[in-house]
Amino acid sequence: MTEPTVWIRVCTLKDLEPDAGVCALVEGEQVAIFYLPRIDQVYAISNFDPFSGANVLARGLTGSLGGEPVVASPIYKQHFSLKTGRCLEDGQVAVPTYPVRIVHDWVEVGVSK
Amino acid sequence: MQRKKLVVIGNGMVGHHFIEALVQSPCRNEFELVVFGEEPRPAYDRVHLTSYFATRNPNDLALTNLDFYRSHQVTLYLGERVIEIDRSRKTVYSQHGRAESYDLLVLATGSYPFVPPIPGHDRPACLVYRTLEDLEAIIAEAAISRRGVVIGGGLLGLEAAKALMDLGLETHVVEFAPRLMAVQLDEEGGAMLRRKVEALGLIVHASKNTQAIAEGSFYRHRLEFADGDCLEADLVVFSAGIRPRDELARKAGLEVGPRGGIVVDDCLRTSDPEIYAIGECALWNNQIFGLVAPGYHMAKVLVGHLNGQTTYFAGADLSTKLKLMGVEVGAIGDSHGRTPGARDFVYKNECSGIYKRLIVSSDGQKLLGAVLVGDTEPYDALLQYYRSGLDLPQQPESLILPALHGKSGGLGPDALPASATICSCHNVSKERILELIDQGVEALADIKATTRASTGCGGCAGLLKSVVEAELKKRGVQVKKDLCEHFPYSRQELYHIIRTEEIHTFDELLTKHGQGLGCDVCKPAVASILASYWNEYVLSDRHFKLQDTNDFRLANMQKDGTYSVVPRIPGGEITPDKLIILGEVAKKYGLYTKITGAQRIDLFGARLEQLPLIWKDLVEAGFESGHAYAKALRTVKSCVGSTWCRYGVQDSVGLAILLENRYKGLRAPHKIKMAVSGCTRECAEAQGKDVGVIATDKGWNLYVCGNGGMKPRHADLFATDLDTDTLIQYIDRFLMFYVRTADRLQRTAVWLENLEGGLEYLREVIIEDKLGICAELEQQMQRIIASYECEWKKTLENEEILRKRFRFFVNSDATDDNVVFVTERGQIRPATLEEKKRLKEIPLELEAAS
Repeated sequence: MTEPTVWIRVCTLKDLEPDAGVCALVEGEQVAIFYLPRIDQVYAISNFDPFSGANVLARGLTGSLGGEPVVASPIYKQHFSLKTGRCLEDGQVAVPTYPVRIVHDWVEVGVSK
Repeated sequence: MQRKKLVVIGNGMVGHHFIEALVQSPCRNEFELVVFGEEPRPAYDRVHLTSYFATRNPNDLALTNLDFYRSHQVTLYLGERVIEIDRSRKTVYSQHGRAESYDLLVLATGSYPFVPPIPGHDRPACLVYRTLEDLEAIIAEAAISRRGVVIGGGLLGLEAAKALMDLGLETHVVEFAPRLMAVQLDEEGGAMLRRKVEALGLIVHASKNTQAIAEGSFYRHRLEFADGDCLEADLVVFSAGIRPRDELARKAGLEVGPRGGIVVDDCLRTSDPEIYAIGECALWNNQIFGLVAPGYHMAKVLVGHLNGQTTYFAGADLSTKLKLMGVEVGAIGDSHGRTPGARDFVYKNECSGIYKRLIVSSDGQKLLGAVLVGDTEPYDALLQYYRSGLDLPQQPESLILPALHGKSGGLGPDALPASATICSCHNVSKERILELIDQGVEALADIKATTRASTGCGGCAGLLKSVVEAELKKRGVQVKKDLCEHFPYSRQELYHIIRTEEIHTFDELLTKHGQGLGCDVCKPAVASILASYWNEYVLSDRHFKLQDTNDFRLANMQKDGTYSVVPRIPGGEITPDKLIILGEVAKKYGLYTKITGAQRIDLFGARLEQLPLIWKDLVEAGFESGHAYAKALRTVKSCVGSTWCRYGVQDSVGLAILLENRYKGLRAPHKIKMAVSGCTRECAEAQGKDVGVIATDKGWNLYVCGNGGMKPRHADLFATDLDTDTLIQYIDRFLMFYVRTADRLQRTAVWLENLEGGLEYLREVIIEDKLGICAELEQQMQRIIASYECEWKKTLENEEILRKRFRFFVNSDATDDNVVFVTERGQIRPATLEEKKRLKEIPLELEAAS
């Protein structure tokens, strides 16, 4: 991944839902942000579920499969890796991922310009 | 190594299946692969073509995509028909003038729908039914038609008729033979099928020979029959059989059959040893196979052949099982009983519309064929008897007679010989599964992934599971009932742990007894156990993250990410004022309304951020959550009972309301449905429910473990003539015992079937208190009932939860612009992808509607 040039503040750490997702509007795109306190990680992937064509991934259940942190689509339950966006059930499908970081309690999503 | 060039003509289901199998086979690298498809898109599922009418999304039918071809380095030319094969130059030419040389050529050109050459067959709106483009044409014509007619009452014809009915046309089917599906069904079976489809509104004209299509007087066309009758319609769909697409082969001088079809040998080779043919265009042993399974089989045989294996095509069994317009139909082997000396066993039930016939050998030992209409439950077992040549049981009729005492004459997995085919789509035998288990592949998911068994039509999934489980058990391998990879326990064991260790949260349970982060299987299962034991608020900080899609926002998520809202209407009784409120709320928020099967009203199309507003209005008017989103008690359906009905003997509505208010909010392994009927006429259909109550003149009869839905089960009579207090006591105990001991997502019907000792044992536990737990079960139920609160009322009181969990964006008040509605029959519905694209070109306007 190339270093993004712009970091956009979307919310504070307190706004995130532990072990679940929230959706942020970043430069017109819907980004699902997941906070997994058990492993102290924050991930960001696209909110768009390619199987249902609906913007729902932020509303999926999080967890791990074989050690990989995942979210399950709330519509048809496919699992997407939170690290890579890859669909575990269909290797040909992946959703975009976004760099995300925490700076002084702010959650920032990186956008390449 | 010099790679050989292999060209495939045709990118239908079989052509694609061939490529898919070839690129995964050892000889993949010996070939450069080029594929021509004349349709504009890569292979799609023609078998389920009718589903296109519901979704209108071609992607739902797609079997593959361009990426697949790209990533496997297969050149795919779409929308490009091959018009000539020059065998002397070993080159094919496309309609666009492209020339591709080949070393090997595979013809997978399929078939075309036969249109009888009668006068008027080419009039406008006289269509066929095979490709997505055909469907588009049918949809377009249907929009300006009132009545449609399908010529041909075979399998495809009835599919097409279903499509026309779904498009809202008055639909007729004209069949040349005296009955429907004449190829597969015998006379009685055809007649039963006809009665059933006619009951659904289809109008069938049998023994009609259409001789001409002329200008109609009332509708666009007039079909003229040989017997002098006629029928008018606006839209005509021909479904009078298929013909092999052999014109290229014919022109190239390959041998074709007298009635069409490219002649192939057992290796699928045509008369030119460098050219092969597979699928519906191939003529093997004077036979064309117009089903997908034999085509797939041909593709596999050819891939084997190219890999130097000695595999041969030896014909295919045309046995078939399907659902036509919701009617189950199955035919196996000699379904007409034409084998000399064949004998019959017949079961016919005109009340339920079921016909089953076994055709057995003259000595009664072997199954030669079968016809099933209205109930294909015995199909899998019968197919095994037929294919494996097993000896039939002493009383073959037990295979088709309805189960009178809960035991059916099914075929256990152990009785199957090693050669038995478990999955016919991917041709997986029992032997192959045993081999894998020998090699240590024991997980069902791995066996599926390796063999692809049950990933085709999926019809064998149950059989596959039972074969694997029985085999593992036989080998002393304990069949793991682990919930998932995070907990090495069954649901029942976890329930016990939570109860005895007084665990209140998922995190505590995971830390003490599990590993990893949890998943969408264990989280909702544990949430359900915690709720049925401690009954804490499900959206609290410690529980909300465990909730499945619907519980998560206390509403039912629909395909476009919006929600539906179902307020509780206990017993289905509602005052006019409340009914008006529902209408007003729906109107205010622009929701689609529909009456549910459970005597309630469902409001669709609510955006996430609208849910609190809608519920504020509903709660203020006195409504409570209906828990339609939860694995919990849904509804207690009732008939109007003795209060109004001339026949009612008890107040069924009163009891239903009592029961619904008692058990509302009870979280369980799966949803629970109940019903109360006021007399033996059973208008509330209580015997299809988890808990059913039917009034008698002395009290109440209690039925348990019934089920509707995918696999209906008639409830068992549990106790008779109970007074109301005893009835409630039994139901309390029954429900709690189920909640404690069932597996995750196991309805009461399946739970009982797996309960050792069955109904008798259940009676001993619930009525005689054999385990000495009834007092505890009752106490636990009492605690749940006492701690009930309406989840929506509680949620509305919590500003923080409303702000955090019912806002679409964490950083904006905008709404999801991908949610778009259009109007249909005076109400909103989600726009299809096509409609969204079209509407996006004309911006604005739409948001206002939502």
